[in-house]
Amino acid sequence: MMTAQVLADGVLDGAMIGLGAAGVTLTYSILRFSNFAHGEMLTAGAYAALTVSGALGSLLAGSAEPIGDTSIGWGLIAATCLAMGFTALLAIVLDWLVFARLGRKATSITVVMASFGASMALRALVEFAFTSSPAYFNRDMQIAVPIGLGMRVTPDQVALTVFSLFLIILTHLVLTRTQVGRSMRAVSENPALARLAGVDVAKVVRITWALGGALATGAGVMLGLLVQIRPGMGFDLLLPMFAAAIVGGIGSVPGAFCGAMIVGLGEALTVAIVGPEWRAALAFCALIAVLLIKPSGLFGARA
Amino acid sequence: MTADLAGILTYGSFFLVTALSYAILCLGLNLQWGHTGLFNVGIAGFVAIGGYTSAILTTPASDQHLGGFGLPIAVGWIAAMVTAGLASALVGALTLRLRSDYLAITTFGVAVVIHLVALNAQRLTGGPFGIGFIPRPFGDLADKPLLFTGLNLALVAAILLVLALGLERLLHGPWGRVLRAIREDEKAAEALGKSPVRLRLEAFTLGGAIMGLAGAVHGHFIGFIAPDNYQSGLTFQVWAMLIVGGAGNSRGAVIGAVIVWGLWSVSGLAIGGLFPPADQARASSLQLVAIGSMLVAMLLFRPGGILGERTIVSRWVKQR
Amino acid sequence: MSAILEVDALVAGYEPDMPIVNGARLTVGHGEITVILGPNGAGKSTLIKAIAGLVPVFSGTVRFEGRDITSTPAHQLVREGLAFVPQTDNVFVAMSIDDNLRLAAGILPKRERARRIAEMYEFFPDLAGRRGLAAGRLSGGQRQMVAIARALVVSPRLIILDEPSAGLSPKMVEHVFERLTDVRASGVTVVLVEQNAKAALSVADRALVLVEGRNRHEGPAATLAADAEIAELYLGGLAAHAPETRPARRLAEVGR
Repeated sequence: MMTAQVLADGVLDGAMIGLGAAGVTLTYSILRFSNFAHGEMLTAGAYAALTVSGALGSLLAGSAEPIGDTSIGWGLIAATCLAMGFTALLAIVLDWLVFARLGRKATSITVVMASFGASMALRALVEFAFTSSPAYFNRDMQIAVPIGLGMRVTPDQVALTVFSLFLIILTHLVLTRTQVGRSMRAVSENPALARLAGVDVAKVVRITWALGGALATGAGVMLGLLVQIRPGMGFDLLLPMFAAAIVGGIGSVPGAFCGAMIVGLGEALTVAIVGPEWRAALAFCALIAVLLIKPSGLFGARA
Repeated sequence: MTADLAGILTYGSFFLVTALSYAILCLGLNLQWGHTGLFNVGIAGFVAIGGYTSAILTTPASDQHLGGFGLPIAVGWIAAMVTAGLASALVGALTLRLRSDYLAITTFGVAVVIHLVALNAQRLTGGPFGIGFIPRPFGDLADKPLLFTGLNLALVAAILLVLALGLERLLHGPWGRVLRAIREDEKAAEALGKSPVRLRLEAFTLGGAIMGLAGAVHGHFIGFIAPDNYQSGLTFQVWAMLIVGGAGNSRGAVIGAVIVWGLWSVSGLAIGGLFPPADQARASSLQLVAIGSMLVAMLLFRPGGILGERTIVSRWVKQR
Repeated sequence: MSAILEVDALVAGYEPDMPIVNGARLTVGHGEITVILGPNGAGKSTLIKAIAGLVPVFSGTVRFEGRDITSTPAHQLVREGLAFVPQTDNVFVAMSIDDNLRLAAGILPKRERARRIAEMYEFFPDLAGRRGLAAGRLSGGQRQMVAIARALVVSPRLIILDEPSAGLSPKMVEHVFERLTDVRASGVTVVLVEQNAKAALSVADRALVLVEGRNRHEGPAATLAADAEIAELYLGGLAAHAPETRPARRLAEVGR
C-alpha cells in the first residue's frame, strides 16, 4: 500500500505549503507584486518561535511538556503565537522601509526586484545570527502509528495538518465574512473604487502584510517541527509556494490551498517514484503545466 | 621584488578575468532588463547551462559525466550560446505573454531545476563533484602564470569588447529602434505591425545566449565547474552589478561588474583576515547581507546607478 | 438657501504644466440637482474627480458645507458626507451586491448598517432579489443601481456622479434619472456630469456648461435648455461640432 502512504505524505506536505501559498496569494493580489521575500517570512517566523520557546523553556519549567501524544508543549504554542506577531511586524516594517517607498503604482517589477534583494539580505542575516547548522524545536523521536489503509502518521503530523487547515479556514472566513476581509477583496479588485467606498487602503495593506507574515510563521513552525529549521528553509519553499498560488489561481485562498495539495501530492509521488533528490523539480513542472494549460489557475479570474 | 610585482600583476589579471566574465553576464542581463524590461531571476541557471554545455563538449572523454567529446574550445562556446539561448527562448515563449511577474517566477524555477540537474543527474553532469579537466585557453602556458592570465585577460576583454560593440550596433540599428519604439509606446508599435512579444522574445533569447557564453568562458578559465557555482547568490551578484553600474548602457554594466566584484573580493579578503577560520563561513554571510542591502538601497536612492544616468527602462516600467 | 459645495478658481489635472480644469467655479445649493455639461475634453470629469480627491488640485479651493476640503483623500471625503460614483468600474464585480453595500456601509456605526442596507433594497427593489449575486453578472443598468446604492448607503449629503447614463438603453437612462429625482426628494444634493444633455437638463435644477476647463454658461437648467446657442453648440448630440479642444494653448489665448 505504498500509494496510501504517498497520499498521507502528500497531504501533510501540501498543508504546509498551503499556509505559505495563502500568504503569497494574498500579497500578490492585494499588493500587486510577487514577493520573493515571502520565504524569509517563513524562516523568520520559525527562528522567532524557536527563540521564544527556548526562552520559555528555560524560564518556565513544564512549558515544553508535550501535550497528548504529540511532541508539542504549550510553550511552543505560545511561542508560535508570539512569533506570528513578530513576523507580522517584520513584514510591515519591511513594507514601510522598502516596498511602500518604491511605490506600488501598477505592477512595478522594481518592487519584485527589491523583494529579491531583501530576501537575500534577510536570509544571510539569519545565517549570520543563527549559523547555517540546522536547529530543532525538540529532538524527541515520534513513532508513526497506523491509521488504516497501510498509512502511518505521527501524532505531530496529524496535529499540524489540523493546525494548517484551521488557519486556512480561519483566513477564508475572515476574507469572506468580515468587514476587514471585504476591504481586502475590494482593494484587490479595484483600489481606486475601494478608496471611494471609504476603505483606508494603507491600513488594508498593513493588515495584508500582517496576515501573510502570520501564515508564513505557521508554515515555518510546521516545517521546523516536521523537518528542521535552517536559514534557507523558506527560500527553498518559495518555488512550491509560488507554484501552488498560481496553480490555484492568484487571489484565491482556497485555490492556493488546493494548489498546495496538488504540489504536495505531486512531491510525495516524485519522492516515491523518482527519488527524493528530485522533489524540488515537481513544483517547477506544476508551474509550467499550469502556464501551458490555464495560466489563470484553477480558481483564478486574472492572468 | 620582481617576483612580487609579477604576483600582484597575476592576481590583478586573475581578478579582472573574473570581473570581465561577470561584465559579459551583465551585458546579457542589460539586454533583457536594461533595454527590454524583462526581469530574469534565474541568471545562475542560464550561466550553468552554458558552462556545462561547453564543458561536456570540450573535455577529454570521461566516465564521470556525459562526453567529454574533446571538441575545440570555440565549438564549446558557440554551443553554450545555442543551448542557453534555446532554454531562454523556451521560457520566454511560455511566459512573455503573461504578466511580468510570471517571467520572474518561471526563471527562478529554471535556476532551481538546473541546479537540481547539475547536482543529481550524475551521468550528465558529474553530480556534486562537477566537471574537471576543462581545457583552458592558452593552457600550454599554465606554468607561466603571468603570461597565462594576461593572455586570458586579453581574450576575455576582446570577447567583451566585440559583444559590447555588436550590441551597440544592434541597438542603434533597425532592431533596436523597434525595441525602443515598443518601450515608448507598445500600442503604437503594435499598430505598425511590430509584435512586442516577438521582439521581447528575441531580446530575452539573445540575452540568455550571452549569459551562457559568460558561463562557458569563466568555466574554461578556471578549468573546473560544480553545481554550487550556480546558486542564487550568483544571480544576486549580477543584479547588483547591473543596478550599481546603471542599467541601460554597456559602460555601466562593465563598471558595475568591476566595482561589485572588487568589493566582493576585498570584503572576502577582509573577512579572511579579521575572523578566525572557524567563524569565516558565518562572517561571509555578511557579504550577502551587504549585497542584498546594496541592491535595495540602490533601487531606493540611486535607481539610475552610481553614475546617475537615467535608466532607459524606467519609463517603460512605470507605464506597466 | 445656502451652498453645500463651493468650488472656486479650481486648477487641476494630471500634469502641473497642462491643467485640464483651469479656473472652474461651481456653487451648488442644498437639495438641488446640478448638471455639468460641455464638449468632449472640456474637463467635466476631471472637475468632479478633483472635487472628490481623485485628481491633483494645483490651485483653487473646494469647500463642502463651509469646510475647506481641497485635496482631501477620497476615503476621507466619503466619511465627511460626500460620495462619488465613477463612470466605469464603479462596482466590485467579484463581490455580491450585498458585499458591495456592506463594504461601503462599513464606515457607519455598527447598529445603523443593516438598517441603511435594508433601505437601499427598498429604494432599489430590483436589487433586493439578487443580493447574493456577484455584481459582475448584472446588466449595465443594474450595475449602475448598485453603484448608486453603494454611494447612498452611507447617507451622504452630496452625491457626485460621472455620466451615470453612459452605455445604458434609453429606457434605463430614464429610470436612472427618475431615481436621481427620488434621491433629491430624500434631501440629498446631486451633482452629475452628462453627455446626455437633454435628459439631464429635464431633471436638473441648475446647469453649468464647461468649455476648456472653464465656465462658459451657467444658470437654471430650464433657461439653458431654452438657449438656442447652447442647444446648437453643446446639446442634442452636436458636441462633435464643438471647437477642437486644446486646453492649455487655447486658455493662454483667452487669458483671464
